[in-house]
Amino acid sequence: MKLLHRFNGGIHPPQHKTESTRLPILSAPIPEKLVIPLHQHIGTSAKPLVAAGDAVLKGQMIGKAEGYVSSSVHAPTSGKITAIGYEPAPHPSGLRDLCITLEPDGLDAWIERHPLDYLNMDPSSLRNRLRDAGVVGLGGAVFPSFIKLNPGSGKKIKTLVLNGAECEPYITCDDMLMRERADEIIAGAKIMRFMLHAEEVLIGIEDNKPEAIAAMRAALKEAPFEVIPVPTIYPGGGAKQLIRVLTGIEVPAGERSTDLGVQCFNVATALSVYRAIAHGEPVLSRIVTITGAVNKPRNYEALIGTPIDVLIRLAAPVKDSDGAIMGGPMMGFELPSTCVPLVKATNCIIVKSATLFPPAPQPMPCIRCGKCAESCPADLQPQELYWFSKAGNFGKAQEYALFDCIECGCCSYVCPSHIPLVQFYRYAKSEIWAQEREKKASDLARIRHELRVDRMEREKREKAERLAQKSAQARTQMNSEEET
Amino acid sequence: MIDAILVMSGLALFLGGVLGYASIRFHVQGNVLVEKIDAILPQTQCAQCGFPGCRPYAEAIADGRAQINQCPPGGDANIRKLADLLGVEFKPLNAKHGAPKPKSVAFIDENTCIGCTLCIQACPVDAISGAPKQMHTIIAQECTGCGLCVAPCPVDCIGMIPVPESISTWKWKQPDYLMGVA
Amino acid sequence: MSSPHLTQTNSVSEIMLKVLLALVPAIAANVWFFGPAVLVTLSLASVTALVLETVMLKLRGRPVVPFLMDGSALLTAWLLALSIPPMGPWWLIVTGTAFAIVIAKHLYGGLGSNPFNPAMVGYAVLIISFPVQMTQWLAPASIALSHIDFAAQLDYMFFHVLPQGMQLDALTSATPLDTLKTQLHLDKPISAILSLPIYGEVGGKGGEWVAGAYLAGGLYLLQQRIISWHVPAAFIAAICLTAGAFHLFDPAHHASPWLHLAAGATMIGAFFILTDPVTGPTTPKGKLIFAFGAGFLTYLIRVYGSYPDGAAFAVLLMNICVPLIDAYTQPPVFGKKK
Repeated sequence: MKLLHRFNGGIHPPQHKTESTRLPILSAPIPEKLVIPLHQHIGTSAKPLVAAGDAVLKGQMIGKAEGYVSSSVHAPTSGKITAIGYEPAPHPSGLRDLCITLEPDGLDAWIERHPLDYLNMDPSSLRNRLRDAGVVGLGGAVFPSFIKLNPGSGKKIKTLVLNGAECEPYITCDDMLMRERADEIIAGAKIMRFMLHAEEVLIGIEDNKPEAIAAMRAALKEAPFEVIPVPTIYPGGGAKQLIRVLTGIEVPAGERSTDLGVQCFNVATALSVYRAIAHGEPVLSRIVTITGAVNKPRNYEALIGTPIDVLIRLAAPVKDSDGAIMGGPMMGFELPSTCVPLVKATNCIIVKSATLFPPAPQPMPCIRCGKCAESCPADLQPQELYWFSKAGNFGKAQEYALFDCIECGCCSYVCPSHIPLVQFYRYAKSEIWAQEREKKASDLARIRHELRVDRMEREKREKAERLAQKSAQARTQMNSEEET
Repeated sequence: MIDAILVMSGLALFLGGVLGYASIRFHVQGNVLVEKIDAILPQTQCAQCGFPGCRPYAEAIADGRAQINQCPPGGDANIRKLADLLGVEFKPLNAKHGAPKPKSVAFIDENTCIGCTLCIQACPVDAISGAPKQMHTIIAQECTGCGLCVAPCPVDCIGMIPVPESISTWKWKQPDYLMGVA
Repeated sequence: MSSPHLTQTNSVSEIMLKVLLALVPAIAANVWFFGPAVLVTLSLASVTALVLETVMLKLRGRPVVPFLMDGSALLTAWLLALSIPPMGPWWLIVTGTAFAIVIAKHLYGGLGSNPFNPAMVGYAVLIISFPVQMTQWLAPASIALSHIDFAAQLDYMFFHVLPQGMQLDALTSATPLDTLKTQLHLDKPISAILSLPIYGEVGGKGGEWVAGAYLAGGLYLLQQRIISWHVPAAFIAAICLTAGAFHLFDPAHHASPWLHLAAGATMIGAFFILTDPVTGPTTPKGKLIFAFGAGFLTYLIRVYGSYPDGAAFAVLLMNICVPLIDAYTQPPVFGKKK
């Protein structure tokens, strides 16, 4: 039995997980229209490769990774591209983003696939395959996986952590995936271990998922793979928290866990690594939990780009349902509209209703009770961060480690004054980012202006010199003429 | 009596020495203040302040030749920073120098442009590319939105377009916090 | 609105109500030993506090109902009322409460923003302005020279008249700590002083039971996780260590730590005053420093100062230090521990 570590804080909100685990994963039908955003990952948007009117096959790359931190986007089924333009995106702002609209032809005809024999390949070509297959972290952070599978020269990865903790209430997509497709997850983990040369693979699963633990244990036979049940506590499935629990290592904000010899991936990511390498299939669909105020909560395997309201209709929303949350109730965001597409980050859709999510009580002033600090898994002092963020004292907020905040929401959850603390931190962070952007732009403008001023002065000087030279020549000429 | 005088003059000498040393040891270059002011100014180089650019305005503020409230692109937020830096009272933007406008970039209607290069000469940050008799175009990432290119254009083909909010520049708002306005 | 979309159902009102509930045993003990006048003091302070809270909220343009419901004004009133002599005149109670609510709380920004403990500000103002009235403690019924009934108590509180032929001196006595100080000045040995009738088993007669009731209430708050152990533990430890050191060094002139724990405001201070989150530090280490400092100062002011007890002043002095303590005791964040 492995000795587990613990992190400070954490909470035990009501689980609401059993509702959506009663039925197996169901494939959602191909919708009439797919809207595929080009920016579904951390980093630069993919560059569109197709034009309106093009016919595409299932699995064909329609958006190419641009720059290093980027990932590709593919046609989830065969059909015709009808538009490339700005469509409402699943983002808290409700703003539009560049998307490719695809009208399926119903044939679901695959492009030619090229399985790889990974054992006889070097990791860098495997990474290229993952980048071209659009493999990103499916736990919600959607960071391009090929970057995390590049430990860098001279770095030794001791532990590969597979994250099956799934600590947030309501979400069960990883749970169901582990129950039903444990073999493929393990196969993906083997590929990752091969790429990282990891000594051990620890699969952390919260102990509220006994079926998943049993299925995963049944799927793996050999060492150094180990399934480790971890205590159920939110946010125990946060990468940093899970790494801490399994290995005792604390990864500081701003540092890469690879530098400390650990790397962590979601179980669903392991599965898509396996599909991309062993079957040559890019990420075209994902498992999503549709739950909350619906009559038939369950997990669906849905194509990327499926409109979310179509999925909600499959689950038969109750009468007083109203709006939806993408992600979990602790870290997800309220969708400004349900007419937005499913993306790689969409692990869960919680349909809201007034009975399930009553309006938040009116906030009261902070009484400095310190409950937030007790619950903070990042060991911050949320009440101080709140104070500085509210006052617009962003420098001080950074001094108190604002950017170590993982926005897990524990502080807001326990706050007896019901202060929307996390929103204050998000506000402060986005103001700081905006200031940095402006600073960068103004620095650039200053340099360009200075260069221009220098150039103009130089030109003036050169002109004056030329003039002086000319007049001197003229004078000598005149003098010589006079002399003659 | 004598003791007191000796003590006082001794103290005076000692403290004077400390102050003298400090003034040499911790001497601040005159330029440092200008740099600090310049770092706050938005670098649009729009000259709405009445000076030919941000740096000349910074120098003027440092010399006391200009007020801190003459920069419309910086707005009240920048005036506050300047007030903090210089230890003076905040004052609202002087309307004489213009009103703050949303961040914009210039846009050249390429069908109308006659390639006269007047805008290129007016641009303080070299953000317009083009050559005589050739159509000009704005390098949007480098445009500061100062609007100095608009007036010189003989065919009125330059417009200022506000930069729309995108997902990557969108900001979380401060929560409405009704009760604890404390 | 941003995430999280779930909240716990606890509230500020719930916290304050639990603290009020935790005060009930001490109120009961007070009534038992000093008569029902305590309840009159409490009611008068409560009414004054609620009325002034309403007025101040209106003046400051804040919603009245939610802030009245939070219970913080009531708690301030109760803590102050329990620190005032049981038969104190009505104007004493009203003045103290008014100071606490209007000046110490609302003029500093109301709930959550006041740097000083409002009840202790009220108490400090009273003891400085009206030292005579503030030190006339009703003697426990069992040792008073004459007995006074409830109606007569009310007559005294509101009209300043005593029944025919009754002297105030016959009803009141100095507090155990006050007595200790004056008797020591008269060069009486400790053992002789402690055998005076106002002393009980460990503290003052009656008062020691009240202290016990505060302790019981405090343990309830600990069990409910309303307060953390840091503050009471460090405060009690500081009193024990300081009093113990003086007692060991010079037992003839310094009472044992037991007396200092059971007498005066030690227990109410440890569990109810210093644990006020608004005016205390938030870091665990900060709480220890804050409470230890308060305990140390309490002892010094109590023994060497000119006031009967030092807790109020110690609390206010430590309140001043809170921002500094917080700034220097920030715990290391995740991943940056040494």
